[in-house]
Amino acid sequence: MSATADSATLPAASLLTVRGIVAGYGSVEVLHQVSLDVREGEIVTLIGGNGAGKSTTLMCISCIVPLRAGEIHFAGERIAAADGGIRADRLVSRGLVQVPEGRRIFPRMTVLENLMMGAYTRNDKAAIAHDLERVYTLFDILKKRSAQLGGTLSGGEQQMLAIGRAILSRPRLLMMDEPSMGIAPLLVAKIFEAVRELNRGGLTILLVEQNARAALKLAHRGSVLETGRVILADDAKRLLDDPRVRESYLGE
Amino acid sequence: MTETEVFMQQVIYGLSNGMIIALVALGYTMVYGIVELINFAHGDVFTLGGFLTLTIVGALGAAAIIDPANLGDSSHWLLLFALVIGAGIFCGGLNVAIDRVVYKPLRRAPKLTQLVAAIGVSFILVNLALFWGGAPMEVFGGGNAAAASKDFPELLEGRNLLGEDSNVVLRLEDVSIFIITIPLMIALTVFVKATRLGRGMRATAQNPVAAKLMGIDTDRVIAATFMIGGFLGGAASVMWSLYNNTISFQMGFRAGMDAFTAAVLGGIGSMPGAMVGGVLIGLIRAMSDQYIETRWTNVVVFGVLILILIFRPSGLLGLKQREKV
Repeated sequence: MSATADSATLPAASLLTVRGIVAGYGSVEVLHQVSLDVREGEIVTLIGGNGAGKSTTLMCISCIVPLRAGEIHFAGERIAAADGGIRADRLVSRGLVQVPEGRRIFPRMTVLENLMMGAYTRNDKAAIAHDLERVYTLFDILKKRSAQLGGTLSGGEQQMLAIGRAILSRPRLLMMDEPSMGIAPLLVAKIFEAVRELNRGGLTILLVEQNARAALKLAHRGSVLETGRVILADDAKRLLDDPRVRESYLGE
Repeated sequence: MTETEVFMQQVIYGLSNGMIIALVALGYTMVYGIVELINFAHGDVFTLGGFLTLTIVGALGAAAIIDPANLGDSSHWLLLFALVIGAGIFCGGLNVAIDRVVYKPLRRAPKLTQLVAAIGVSFILVNLALFWGGAPMEVFGGGNAAAASKDFPELLEGRNLLGEDSNVVLRLEDVSIFIITIPLMIALTVFVKATRLGRGMRATAQNPVAAKLMGIDTDRVIAATFMIGGFLGGAASVMWSLYNNTISFQMGFRAGMDAFTAAVLGGIGSMPGAMVGGVLIGLIRAMSDQYIETRWTNVVVFGVLILILIFRPSGLLGLKQREKV
């Protein structure tokens, strides 16, 4: 079917597999049969409008929102299904880490304390120090602000903090929910550059975005979510040229 | 007695009572901070702590302990510390059990449902205390009049530490309150700041979803919070019983109202706020008793509460606004 573009590289194993998941809140069903998969080393983006179910998908993968049907597998292990799954807090040490929508930093902790919360489940002191340096290199502003309370940072800085915090969790798969939301364009470029750099370093990324153009330019593959269903899934480049995507999501 | 002496005496009363109130207020504020629930049963957990304490004292042999000839030797201090720890563990465990059985299943229910459940638990505990008060023990009045107040024996020597000639009275009981409450508050502050579980508690209080995403077992953190809050309430119940020389099934209602007011005054959810609020309520009570009139004291205390709710709803040390995403 597809094996054309990737023929030069080895076919990478699927790290995350989402199969036909159904989920919602109360009597409202938000996701009707969503499927997607993310292979080791890729950036996959999930694009779609407001209320399409992008954040709910991530919250299902993070085992915060329970499934009504379908299954989610991560690194060969079934982490969620309709009959239960792994507890959310146990996913972090498995390497499944999310930078949530709205950043959700800890406002009354300092920047450094926030970053160290990312390393909550870890005991490897030397490696934590190394990862902290990595975050400071990636976002030098965080080093300058390390003693400041998280709540006093600007939106863009908070987003960097949230990403830095996630890096300190040592992710194998990093899920990011709308990292560009409500952030000055200059900082958006910086954050997307950081995402690219993290991926070059070998990190697999699942990126949820409303800014479809930027996300598709960055990603290897993409899926389009519309009212709780995946209506398109393809290489990112092809999605950029797809007339339906161009009309609905790229404003052309 | 000179004016200054009268004032100093009230300061001693106010601080002693205030430290006890602060300890109970911490239980309200910590639980609120982490699950946004006013645990109305907290005062009654405190009551049961008092009943347990008197039961232990009775079982150990009331006569030997009440005998003034035995006061003043160090074994009484050991007994006091043991009672504080015993009542603390009992109340902490009870608090955890209440959370597990009643509050946890309602965690996602509307706030009003949780509040009504907390009030229900409060009624159950009050009646439990009433039942306990009818226990056929000598210290409980031998099984008569379950609702009657029970005398709580002196455990510490009653002499005035400032000298027999001094008009201002400072007793070992006053001092013991500071000896017990101050280290507890310091330990709590260090625990929350510096330990892993403490960091988990702060993270869960500030953003529970983010806390889960950091790998924090928030259920465990919540249970630990109920344990610690209950422990402080239990410790406070021993101090309160000793200080007032009496216990009753209603003791937690008064203490609970004072402590709740203190928590709101300091800023509900804020631990330093609960400590400051507790001491302030203690001082306001003492000053009102002396300079206004005892029967007006409740009016003064709740007047302060109403003023705070109107003019500074976030409390003295509270947050301007809760951050919610």
